[in-house]
Amino acid sequence: MRLSQDPTIDTVAKLCSVSMAMFAFVFVVMVPLYNVLCDALGINGKTSSEAYISVSADVDETRFIKVQFIATNNDAMPWSFSPEVTEMLVHPGAANDTVFFAANPTMNAMVAQAIPSVSPSRAAEYFHKTECFCFEQQPLDGNDKAEMPLQFIVDQDLPADIKTITLSYTLFDVTALISDKVASR
Amino acid sequence: MGDHHHGPAKGLSRWLYTTNHKDIGTMYLWFSFAMFLLGGAFAMVIRAELFQPGMQLVEPGFFNQMTTLHGLVMVFGAIMPSFVGLANWLIPMMIGAPDMALPRMNNWSFWILPPAFLMLASTLLMEGGAPAFGWTFYAPLSTTYAPPSVTFFIFAIHILGVSSIMGSINIIATVMNMRAPGMTYMKMPLFVWTWLITAFLLVAVMPVLAGAVTMMLMDIHFGTSFFSAAGGGDPVLFQHIFWFFGHPEVYIIILPAFGVISQIIPAFSRKPLFGYASMVYATAGIAFLSFIVWAHHMYTVGMPVAGELFFMYATMLIAVPTGVKVFNWVTTMWRGAMTFETPMLFSIGFLVLFTIGGFTGLMLSIAPADFQYHDTYFVVAHFHYVMVAGAVFSMTAAVYFWLPKWTGRMYNETMGKVHFWVSFIGFNVTFFPQHFVGLAGMPRRIPDYALQFADFNMMSSIGAFIYGMSQLLFLYNVIAAIVSGEKVSDEKVWDGAEGLEWTLPSPAPYHTFETPPKLEEQPAY
Amino acid sequence: MLNARALAATALLPLAVNAQNQINMSTGISEAGAVITDLGAEIYGLHMLIFWICVAIGIGVFGVMLYSIYAHRKSKGVEPSQFHEHTGVEIAWTVVPFFILVLMAVPATSTLLEVYDNDDAEMSILVTGYQWKWKYEYLDADGENIAFFSNLATSQEQIYNTDTKGENYLLEVDEPLVIPVDTKVRFLITANDVIHSWWVPEIAVKRDAIPGFINEAWTRVLAEGVYRGQCTELCGAYHGFMPVEVHVVGQGEFNDWMAAKRGAAATDAALAATELPVDELMARGEDVYNASCLACHGANGEGGLGNAIAGSTIAMGGLDPHLNVIVNGVAGTAMQAFGAQLSDIDVAAVTTFQRNAFGNNTGDVVQASDVVSYKEG
Repeated sequence: MRLSQDPTIDTVAKLCSVSMAMFAFVFVVMVPLYNVLCDALGINGKTSSEAYISVSADVDETRFIKVQFIATNNDAMPWSFSPEVTEMLVHPGAANDTVFFAANPTMNAMVAQAIPSVSPSRAAEYFHKTECFCFEQQPLDGNDKAEMPLQFIVDQDLPADIKTITLSYTLFDVTALISDKVASR
Repeated sequence: MGDHHHGPAKGLSRWLYTTNHKDIGTMYLWFSFAMFLLGGAFAMVIRAELFQPGMQLVEPGFFNQMTTLHGLVMVFGAIMPSFVGLANWLIPMMIGAPDMALPRMNNWSFWILPPAFLMLASTLLMEGGAPAFGWTFYAPLSTTYAPPSVTFFIFAIHILGVSSIMGSINIIATVMNMRAPGMTYMKMPLFVWTWLITAFLLVAVMPVLAGAVTMMLMDIHFGTSFFSAAGGGDPVLFQHIFWFFGHPEVYIIILPAFGVISQIIPAFSRKPLFGYASMVYATAGIAFLSFIVWAHHMYTVGMPVAGELFFMYATMLIAVPTGVKVFNWVTTMWRGAMTFETPMLFSIGFLVLFTIGGFTGLMLSIAPADFQYHDTYFVVAHFHYVMVAGAVFSMTAAVYFWLPKWTGRMYNETMGKVHFWVSFIGFNVTFFPQHFVGLAGMPRRIPDYALQFADFNMMSSIGAFIYGMSQLLFLYNVIAAIVSGEKVSDEKVWDGAEGLEWTLPSPAPYHTFETPPKLEEQPAY
Repeated sequence: MLNARALAATALLPLAVNAQNQINMSTGISEAGAVITDLGAEIYGLHMLIFWICVAIGIGVFGVMLYSIYAHRKSKGVEPSQFHEHTGVEIAWTVVPFFILVLMAVPATSTLLEVYDNDDAEMSILVTGYQWKWKYEYLDADGENIAFFSNLATSQEQIYNTDTKGENYLLEVDEPLVIPVDTKVRFLITANDVIHSWWVPEIAVKRDAIPGFINEAWTRVLAEGVYRGQCTELCGAYHGFMPVEVHVVGQGEFNDWMAAKRGAAATDAALAATELPVDELMARGEDVYNASCLACHGANGEGGLGNAIAGSTIAMGGLDPHLNVIVNGVAGTAMQAFGAQLSDIDVAAVTTFQRNAFGNNTGDVVQASDVVSYKEG
């Protein structure tokens, strides 16, 4: 394809298109592709940001999986944040409930966002959350407390060599981050 | 001379408005040398602080500003523009073209560089100091936790990205459209080939860098969360994007150096380059591989094991085309009739030290071993063997080699040889011990270190001062040659030199090849 | 006499340490000859294998080159030959290196798979990187996690050259990580602010600590001893000052240590319920200050990366705003929320100290109960 009769202009036009395409590539290909790969491969132990609709509930009672819970605060986040229990023994396929506690000790209303991360990362795709406080931002008034629910199912297809799964939540202060399109993780 | 053979305009406006490829090449070369000295000055501060354990001269925060600016200035200010300058001077003369394809754009792509670096350097005086997050500027240290000057840093990167892209488009347009009749692709000098491939790499990846810094800008000022987990982003994504640019960038720096060496070694061996075609294919192979190995800079971020294996294998593969090049150069020397003028000395220095850098690169590619090497001084030693002994040595060789053609005057050969030996020894005293401290456990980018690293660091600092001083000798030699060097009357200058540029008078006239040369009697290579 | 000898001994110390210039990677074998970790020893073996292959190739390439430089020089009157290609040779040196690479890839792959084999760990420790210290949290099935911060223990005097540097200069911490010998320990690694990287060369563990996400690494240390490392990802001004110190001890000693840790936590809780005299608070506060505040605020409260404390309106002003800064940190700055990092008694002590040291003379005494009531609003 010729973009111009003048071969030099033709070359320049093509190269400019390439460089503009590469700039766009970063935004419209690399970022979404990375997120898809993260979901598919569990990079960084990322889990699906959507509630899981359980399909079949064949509980695999032949084995127990130890699920550990970790709650950490990012940076200057002053809330207290902790799991009700630090670990649970669960059967793959069974639905489980637990809660996390959060309290805002400051005098100001704040908004938090919990970011989940599963370890080992290859377990991430087998860890399904049917309900999670991490799906949306959590507002709390000053000196207020909240119980935040979590429901999850460990997939029956979890590889046999994985016996412990650690679910970590990091609590970020997003009060200043005026954005409602968040909670996409 | 006819009327159209007008010479350069006089005074400052000559340089400001020039569209002549030789003028612009000259400006690029001087600018990059100034940046080389500036980046070198930053390195001297680093080495002075590391001369002994304990904090002596600067505060840790300022130390980080120095390492950051040293990296940025050397990569983007010294090495890249120096090769663009070389390309400007040589490519038209090598392919028999009267000038670059887009002379006005050529002027702009140079003249936007000095303001960009002025802006970058001015961050040193700003509140909160200059960028202190390393030349790789990993988020969130470079976003949420960055000093306010990061915005100026981002604009500087944007400008020099635009400059590089314009320069590359110009080079590609020139090579593709302005070759003299009979100058087929496979007859082009290897320097032109390596630059052509480099220019394609630049057009492909500089926009990626621009994208990365644009995302940073948006995260910092417009509330997006590309690189912050809080809003659904991921700091590791930054590293992927950065190294998707960054690894090709490494080859952008080294490929033109390969081209230079492929011109000089045959000239002083008085023998054609061995394996011209395989050199071209190897260069293309390296360029291709550079796009699929980026995550070997990130073995410790916690990638899935399949990813680690893929990037390890792909990285190891680079050893094949790189090996081909080294073997070809050595075979070119084999059974030649060698002489050892300064350009040849620097080329042999390149060959030896770059090969050592290649070996450590191979070691670094082995993912499980890299867990012990990653972010230590072993890595610092590795990339300085490739960047300094690779790119800078070859650039130095190029200046000595073509200076007589550019200026019509010869440099002082004895001083050149002294420059080589002092550089060579200074370089090795600086960087060889860094392999040892790195393996022994010294992380990079630290302003102070444990006592068992003290001796080698002192050695390293002494070497760095020697290497730094030797560059002043270089500067003196070049200026002395321009001012009062012995006049060169021969067109060929070096009796083994081959190529169209050596058919021109010395110094090369302001306008050359306004009528395309006839290529019949030119050997292919 | 005695002093002179001690002085001479300390003056010689750096030399004695410098004498052991290590030039290679940790072998994974202790000085006593015991394997420290199997993985470490294996990685060292891999490293040396690749190294010797490189040396062999290097001897070949440089040998040919040096011979050529010696024999094929114009001054010897040789005539240059004009050959410039040879398909057979060119194919050979493309294919042969490829097979050498395959030979390297085999052991590299198997070692890498081992690095990634996190299964069947006997205990889990959460490692969190902070600017500029590490936090270790031993995960406990019953929710009784033991957590503490590990700060650089090297004094500012040593760093700024007014005191002789000790043997473990910059590689020593106030509270080391303690793990039992011959136990598979899983490290869950994350960060609080920027990216850090947790590295101990002798046990061959290095993994990036990324804010918001968890990374995993493991070790099974077979030889008791003290192993030291550092942060290896640039994390800001004091990146060079956040070492890692791991004490590997017998199972019995580990249990004792754990019990003592639990006891200390209980003591702190008990102390928090009582009123401490001013001098005890000041002494404790000084220790806390030196460990947690000094790097940014200076040995004399003169400031540095952080604001000055001497004469500061916060330290001299109302108590609540002062506690607010210490407990909750200052968003957007390097001032962290220490409420979660320090026990209530330590917050009380350091607040008392800041209000009465460096020429500050509020005379205020802050007790743990004040901190508790502040936190509860």
